Amino acid sequence: MTRFVVRRNLLAWLVVGAVAGVTATAHAQAPVTITDPWVRATVPGQKATGAFLQITAHEAVTLVGGKTPVAPVVEIHEMKMVGDRMQMRALPNGLAIGAGQTVALEPGGYHVMLIDLPKAVEVGQKVPLTLTFTTTNGERLDVDIEAEVRPLGRMGRPMSHGGLGHGPQR
Amino acid sequence: MGRFIGALRRIIWVLLCAVVLSACSDRASFHAQEITGAEFGRDFALPDTEGQVRRLADFRGEVVALYFGFIQCPDVCPTALARAVEVKRLLGAQGERFRVVFITVDPERDRPGVVRAYLDAFDPTFVGLIPPDAATLEATAKAFRVFYRKVPTGASYTMDHTATTFVYDPKGKLRLAVPHAMGATQFAEDVARLLAEAP
Ligand SMILES: [Cu+2]
Repeated sequence: MTRFVVRRNLLAWLVVGAVAGVTATAHAQAPVTITDPWVRATVPGQKATGAFLQITAHEAVTLVGGKTPVAPVVEIHEMKMVGDRMQMRALPNGLAIGAGQTVALEPGGYHVMLIDLPKAVEVGQKVPLTLTFTTTNGERLDVDIEAEVRPLGRMGRPMSHGGLGHGPQR
Repeated sequence: MGRFIGALRRIIWVLLCAVVLSACSDRASFHAQEITGAEFGRDFALPDTEGQVRRLADFRGEVVALYFGFIQCPDVCPTALARAVEVKRLLGAQGERFRVVFITVDPERDRPGVVRAYLDAFDPTFVGLIPPDAATLEATAKAFRVFYRKVPTGASYTMDHTATTFVYDPKGKLRLAVPHAMGATQFAEDVARLLAEAP
């Protein structure tokens, strides 16, 4: 469903050079798998929105940030209800995901917050998004994905998209 | 002895029925928290997205669902509004008497034009109210016992706020506090009950 590219920014690589073989190895051992990424549509004048997706980590990683051409600022946020109050906070140390774990960034929990949108993101549009992870040995890892824009009025927990059946269907 | 046991059985049966019936009548009450007779949330007087000042009395004959929120909110607010859309759909023809009123707690960023466009993405009949200044917002929130607070995030700010939906009956009396987690089906059942009180 999602085509993505992983770039490992190892200092060692700079020394060795970006040998084609090394790149191929990185592809084969992608340390994270991203499934079902989507961005909530906005209306003109709306300055922020959320990107939602599932991350499966094949080795321990921490999602620390991101980049997208549609917004100058990208932050990793957590939304939660405290009693009857909603709170949204940036995660100061990122979102840690253990080896073999899958974490859903979904309404009612975590999201990638896209801030200071210069223009609206519209349903059907594809939003390029680079997610930045760190690994336990301090390596930095960029994962490029494309998130489709879904309607603003989409419910928090969709009925039509069960938890099963994601991943390598297409 | 047989007669005695028979009588005992009958008594136990009657008691059981009483317990079951009272449980049933309990369950027949509202799903949401009933706050009939609440001393707060009596009325508002705020300009809508067209600049016209609206009061609760403008919506007599309708069940009003009142929600405080903000538009730069990627998650809880759209979920609450999407639920309201679903409630209206579930009500069928009665949905015409279900009115959603959204009051922004972030009037600094949520200007009338963007609030209108935002609500239109859910349902053009949803009413958006924008407190014209900080003092009016504060007074309105206080009158509804609603909490809100500006919280800086890295690059910007967000709003903590009460995510409860307040529901008024067709006579304009505050009746229910609907928690954020309650589903659309239960919400719709509560609204249908309130509408049935004043057909
Ligand atoms: Cu956020």
